[in-house]
Amino acid sequence: MSFGLHEVSVRFGPRMALDRVSLTVDPGEVTVVVGGDGAGKSSALAALVGLLRPETGRVSRPPKSDLGYVPASAGLYVDLSVEENIAFVASAYGVPASQRDARADTLLERMGLTSARRRLAGALSGGMQRKLAVVLALLSEPRLLVLDEPTTGIDPLSRVEIWRLLSTTAASGVAIVVATTYVNEAARGTSAVLLSDARVLTAGAPEDILATVPGTLRTCPRRPEGPVSAWRRGSAWRVWSDQDVTTPTCERVEPDFEDAVVIAELAQELER
Amino acid sequence: MWAIVAKEFRQLRRDRRTLAMMILLPVLLLVVFGYAASFDVHNIPTVVDGPLARQAASRLSAPFEVTRVDPAIGLAGAREQLRNGTAVVAVLATSGDVAILMDGTQLFSVQTAERALSRQAIAANSPGGTVQIQVLFNPSLSTSWVMVPGLAGLILVFIGTLITSLGVVKERQNGTLEQLAVMPFRASQVIVGKIAPYLLVAALDLLLVLGVGIGLFHVPFVGNVGTFALGSALFLLVTLGIGILISTLSQNQGQAIQLSFMLMLPQVLLSGLIFPVSSMAPGVRWISYVLPLTYFIDISRGVMLKNAPFSTLLVPLGMLGLLALVVLGLAITRFRSDLAPDVRAAHDEPAEETSP
Repeated sequence: MSFGLHEVSVRFGPRMALDRVSLTVDPGEVTVVVGGDGAGKSSALAALVGLLRPETGRVSRPPKSDLGYVPASAGLYVDLSVEENIAFVASAYGVPASQRDARADTLLERMGLTSARRRLAGALSGGMQRKLAVVLALLSEPRLLVLDEPTTGIDPLSRVEIWRLLSTTAASGVAIVVATTYVNEAARGTSAVLLSDARVLTAGAPEDILATVPGTLRTCPRRPEGPVSAWRRGSAWRVWSDQDVTTPTCERVEPDFEDAVVIAELAQELER
Repeated sequence: MWAIVAKEFRQLRRDRRTLAMMILLPVLLLVVFGYAASFDVHNIPTVVDGPLARQAASRLSAPFEVTRVDPAIGLAGAREQLRNGTAVVAVLATSGDVAILMDGTQLFSVQTAERALSRQAIAANSPGGTVQIQVLFNPSLSTSWVMVPGLAGLILVFIGTLITSLGVVKERQNGTLEQLAVMPFRASQVIVGKIAPYLLVAALDLLLVLGVGIGLFHVPFVGNVGTFALGSALFLLVTLGIGILISTLSQNQGQAIQLSFMLMLPQVLLSGLIFPVSSMAPGVRWISYVLPLTYFIDISRGVMLKNAPFSTLLVPLGMLGLLALVVLGLAITRFRSDLAPDVRAAHDEPAEETSP
């Protein structure tokens, strides 16, 4: 059974937090929700887990006992130790003590937190806190796992480890929704939903999104003269046009996900 | 420096609650407490009993306010009238002898009554007879005997209101309240789980305060423990309810502390803990009657000092019950919608689909 949002709108006073947003995730899949700050990622996840009531639209999710959620704030008890946080979550979800210890050992080991077991959660670094939050969310073996920016503020090695853990978790049949501001992480999901200004800009499998990028993308050593859509990538410039054009000093390139996100926004602006 | 001053004013303008506390509250407090803060007793509810009750009653003048004259009532009846709070002074007039009984738990009323009696003619007009004054329930007019039962209540207000609201707001600030909302708990389980520890700590605290009061200040406990426990439990539920209500109105611990103090201050000054409720101006006296501490003090002083029977405490017990119902009901409703606006299904349902 798939979970997700169907045409969900959420309003905070006069401001739309979500405008007819849809996203689905099937068991065994990872849906990555990408977008800048204030795009509506957290609102989408909050609506999915039931923390926000949609004004219109439909939400489908498993019962709470099958739901794991990591909020953007990590949601840890900072005045409890790592072990005490684990004990609380395990008892809240009714995980038997025998299974709890084995699962916690494995997850802590994978996240490199074994030596921090007795430390207060509040005394851990920001990155370690986020890793602990992922451990807690996985402890009850949920059917739907929802993570709000689990990799923000985490060192690159740990980010890789978190994504590896999420992939193996998905492989065991769990449906996973991850929000991230790191555009390149979208390629790690089975599907991606790109949010901008409370709306879905584009959605689909990462390769489909890349294959359907409109117009032409070129890389140029300098910013071309005149009114063009251009942005810096490393030492060169990316130039996009919705027409098929060629320039002598520029070279045509296949867009990666980062380019696709920028182009999707530019294309939408052009439509307006 | 001006940049800081300008920034500070800008921030202050945004924080309406602090601004209101700084400007409106002092004026409001001054007016309310100016009318309430009075040790002067102008009316002392008085009953006149005994065969010569009518003659004796005619000789009494202000501050004695004769509420009842009953020649058929004797000494035991007069004691009962003081015990159940019908009056503060009972005058028992029998063939020339006059016995005046006073309720020692009403410290300021008794002191005023003693001063007034020395001026009034009730003694002079009973030739051949004697006048005997007897202070009941607190014969030495000890302040601590009257204060300790009230202070016990004040400590419960402190724990119930401030500590509970801080405990809940801390969860909100740390983002763990969201986590609790998503976990397989019902809203009622979250509320009870959050309240129960504070209820227990407050109950232990109450025992401790009473123990110290009795051991150190020799405050008596002559009444029924069960009645006292019932009153305390109801009172605690009200204060915990207020604590939760405050937590639903506060985004951070600073706001919770502000609101708690705004609600605690009137309880200190208007509940009868310090100033007698009967001395307050009628315009502010009604505030006393919506404060839970007013009723707890009635119960704790009544049980501990006067051995007041259950039936005479029905009004304060009933009022605390009513307040508990209203405050807790409101707090739970707000907390529930705050906690999980879109989680309507219980955790044992197979899957959930919601649409507005």
